[in-house]
Amino acid sequence: MKIILNNRFEEIEATELTVNELINYKNFSFRMLVTKVNGQLVKKVERDNILVRDGDTVEVLHLISGG
Amino acid sequence: MTQKEIREKIKDKTIGIAGCGGLGSNAAISLARIGILKFVLVDFDCIDESNLNRQYYFRDQIGIKKVEALSDNMLKIDCNIQIEAHDLKIQSSEVKTIFGKCDIIIEAFDKSDAKTMLIETVMEHLPDIPLIIGNGMAGFGGFDQLKILQWAENVFVCGDGFSEIGEEMPPLGPRVAIVANMQANLALELLLK
Repeated sequence: MKIILNNRFEEIEATELTVNELINYKNFSFRMLVTKVNGQLVKKVERDNILVRDGDTVEVLHLISGG
Repeated sequence: MTQKEIREKIKDKTIGIAGCGGLGSNAAISLARIGILKFVLVDFDCIDESNLNRQYYFRDQIGIKKVEALSDNMLKIDCNIQIEAHDLKIQSSEVKTIFGKCDIIIEAFDKSDAKTMLIETVMEHLPDIPLIIGNGMAGFGGFDQLKILQWAENVFVCGDGFSEIGEEMPPLGPRVAIVANMQANLALELLLK
């Protein structure tokens, strides 16, 4: 499938993935993330249920400690 | 816009400050100086000597609750400021009650899990309130890497997005205060729109 991930085109070797599977596939190592699929918030507890499919737009924000 | 016009436009606005450490204390002080008169402050911590390298507190305030000391410091700038201070570690279920009356929320937590909680909760339950988060400000230099981006309809992110605090990457006054004031400046810009 082809998706847009953080404003970049990505070709993923799968027809669909859950948000968590996509995070693992991309080796995103930051522990704390906020995710959106097609503009909608996908909460941490929903990431095993929400699927990413061809044509979707996914945005992942990495949260950094400090403040 | 004149200073008088700015003050008139923002005098009835309420700013929420989530965390009164390096980002929160500096952002709150800047907003107090320019005429914001209503604040909601949330923090559970007391001032430690190690905080004085970046947080808007003083030696004689060590050991005092941050919400109490920050209120005192803001009132020294403008005695008409009204402050609702919450000395607690805020839970997701309390966010709507505590920050629901705010026109803008400034996220200034230290821990990334607290940042995540606040973003998810505000996006879900307070989608009409702009949330300005601080993300990546440890160390020094890297001035041109500090940016503001709009991540969602009501979520704005200030910082470099990668400078995480660690032994070799301490949080330091100049860079922390820059990001705090990016947050305060953006808050003012949004209020004056």
